Amino acid sequence: MISLFAVEIPYWGQSLLRVLGGLVAVLLPAGTIVYVFLFKMMSFMQSRLGPMEAGPYGSMQLFAEVGKWLQKEDIQPDNADKRIFRMAPIVVLMSTFLLVAVVPFGPDAWFTDFETGVFYALAVSSISVLGILMAGWASANKYSLLGGLRAAGQLIAYELPMVLAVMGVVIQAETMNLQQIVVAQNAGSIFGSDIVGNPYVLTQFVGFVVFMIAVQAELTQAPFDMPIAESELVSGYMTEYSGFRFLIFFIGEFATAGVFAMIASTLFLGGWGVPFSWFGWTTMDSVDNWMNVAGPLIVFTKMMVLVFLIMWIRFSYPRFREDQLQRFAWKVLIPISLANIMVTAVLKVAF
Amino acid sequence: MAQIPGMIKGLAVTFNTMMRTFKNGSNTVQYPREKEAPPIRARGVIALHEDNCTSCMLCSRSCPDWCIYIEAHKELAPPRREGGKPRAVNKLDRFDIDYALCMYCGICVEVCPFDALFWSPEYEYSEPSIADLLHDKSKLGEWMETVPAAPELEVGADKKKK
Repeated sequence: MISLFAVEIPYWGQSLLRVLGGLVAVLLPAGTIVYVFLFKMMSFMQSRLGPMEAGPYGSMQLFAEVGKWLQKEDIQPDNADKRIFRMAPIVVLMSTFLLVAVVPFGPDAWFTDFETGVFYALAVSSISVLGILMAGWASANKYSLLGGLRAAGQLIAYELPMVLAVMGVVIQAETMNLQQIVVAQNAGSIFGSDIVGNPYVLTQFVGFVVFMIAVQAELTQAPFDMPIAESELVSGYMTEYSGFRFLIFFIGEFATAGVFAMIASTLFLGGWGVPFSWFGWTTMDSVDNWMNVAGPLIVFTKMMVLVFLIMWIRFSYPRFREDQLQRFAWKVLIPISLANIMVTAVLKVAF
Repeated sequence: MAQIPGMIKGLAVTFNTMMRTFKNGSNTVQYPREKEAPPIRARGVIALHEDNCTSCMLCSRSCPDWCIYIEAHKELAPPRREGGKPRAVNKLDRFDIDYALCMYCGICVEVCPFDALFWSPEYEYSEPSIADLLHDKSKLGEWMETVPAAPELEVGADKKKK
């Protein structure tokens, strides 16, 4: 991000740019996801048109909704633990912003270039569990508490297959740095053919499937929406939230979907890169500078594809029962991902 | 594992519906701009043909939530035959239906022996205030214009005996 500009930018300037970039990288995908998938795709799948009045084809609907939420009264229950109650949505949104910090958008367009980016991303993504538990506990409402506990049980259960699924990628790329994972995928080759590089969705397909299922559960999207089951828990941990606090939860939900999809596209679909052989690049340093502009667009495109998958599944399937949900995580996903690690490690040594 | 073909079929259903909506448009209409014709025998609102009403109160008494209010007085009408006595007829003073209470069961329409009440498919009569949903006989009479001609009887149904 720094070498994009010819002039030297002072540290505070860089920080400011990073914050602005982070806001754009979180809110722009979130808004797009809500409009394209939640408003339009879901409606079309139910043979209706969705919002059509606000702006052309209802494209300004989200602004109308945000305006509505901002006007609403800020209600805090009498018995609520007020400070925790107020903090909870911010903790949830914060984990999203911390998560986007490691996503690389181009050869030089990154916010931070952690050596252990994968580790950081997986660690930070589970902060949102804390926020959800805080919200559930502080609301002083039995439905919220049940929802919060279910969320905690679910998110912890699905954190494991997620981490284990990423292990396969890390073994194959020999690095935990997301930037180098991107390079390894685009500079790599499958059986000597480097025409599409080596996106790990091909070689780590099992890992990809497990990861996407775990992401679905982490986002508490249907069929894993037990914690916010409207019919029995009245939105679970969000029951007592209204106005802009609910708005923050809402943004957090879809922004996290976008950021997780970015991480998944970085890990499995080759991130910001195109296969390097197309342009005759070999290493990171030989990548042309225009990739810094094209990179974010490529990441965005791949993200939209993955979010389409997430939302498609969300709109198609009914909810898991709590015991099915736990059994699926512990008895299916974790053994599969452990086997995946073993096979990957053996093949890595063999080839 | 056995569930997987069904799961893929489920995904195909939503995807095909999406593509069909793209191509052929949705099953819904954008209400204030376009309107769907109500189906025949639609229960929109109850219209009153005042001349037929004899204020016999059958409708009012059969109404499950007592939302029909009728008041009438007797009047002397000229005799039917030359030299006869003047007839006493009921003159309707008030015939109100409170649509805030009405549950559109249609018992009043069924029970009316003089064909004074009819179903009209008109449905756009919402009011900002709940008290304004009490409609009087002139309003109910206006709705008579929207009452469609009686639909064809089903095959084998008995014709009503006059």
